[in-house]
Amino acid sequence: MTAGATPGHGAPVDEADAHTLTGRVRRWLLRKLPPDKLLPEDQPVFVASWAYVFGMGAVASLLWIIVSGIVLGLNGPQWYHVSSLGSFVNSTHLWSVELFFIFMVVHLWLKFWMAAWRGGRVLTWITGVISFVVSIVAAFTGYLLQTNFDSQWIAFEAKDALNAVGVGAWFNVANVGQLFTWHVTLLPLAVGAMVVLHVLLVRVHGVAPPLEAAESDAQLRRDRPGPAEPPEPAEPRGDGR
Amino acid sequence: MTGWLVASVGLVGDGTYFGWDGFTIQSGNLIVIVVMIILFVLALVLPFPGGKRRK
Repeated sequence: MTAGATPGHGAPVDEADAHTLTGRVRRWLLRKLPPDKLLPEDQPVFVASWAYVFGMGAVASLLWIIVSGIVLGLNGPQWYHVSSLGSFVNSTHLWSVELFFIFMVVHLWLKFWMAAWRGGRVLTWITGVISFVVSIVAAFTGYLLQTNFDSQWIAFEAKDALNAVGVGAWFNVANVGQLFTWHVTLLPLAVGAMVVLHVLLVRVHGVAPPLEAAESDAQLRRDRPGPAEPPEPAEPRGDGR
Repeated sequence: MTGWLVASVGLVGDGTYFGWDGFTIQSGNLIVIVVMIILFVLALVLPFPGGKRRK
């Protein structure tokens, strides 16, 4: 084995030589999302607008939801229902959810009117939609875990609908223990995974430009019909050929 | 335990509802919707601080 054929650990590898599974995955990842795209130095000028703030506002709210949720979960309901500090943290958990949804809906409206799925950004749009839907289920289980008459009312209003669509056996809103698992493990993981994927796709494809700035976007220019497109049918020749 | 139960009951209120011709909405939901619409409009019209300095 020569040093030239097999680079030492940590030595730079020629990407064209990647032939193992990990090597190919690395080459694919680096091609899709090189470091300067993952952590860009700057953004296009149109991003300096309040219309581009709400997505990150939703992410910031989600971070506080997770942090406050961990604190609540570790201290337990006796703490957050009885002590002043517990009630305060419980309230910040609720209000960060309110902000998360407010920011997410305004983000959705702004991106809808911007047609943000243009330029090969369909998957970014779809992961955003899935994040929204999963977040609704996560918030719903949170309301069911208030352990008060409100949550009891919501659970027994919801159970008939969930039974009617056939999921009541696996998603039983009257079972607080099961809902606790959904709310503190499965659904936060699902929301977190979808949001991370959504943000990574934004990095891969770049932020969607406003409609009037479409010419500034490389992906939109690439998708535009150009010389590579098949030519229009030729006019019939006058000489009969 | 009793205090916790009383506190929980105290937190649950009927809420304030507004209604017009068969349409009813709870005040909290109405406030959230109005806030979202205001934020949407402001995001379109308010200048972004420091935006002109960026390239």
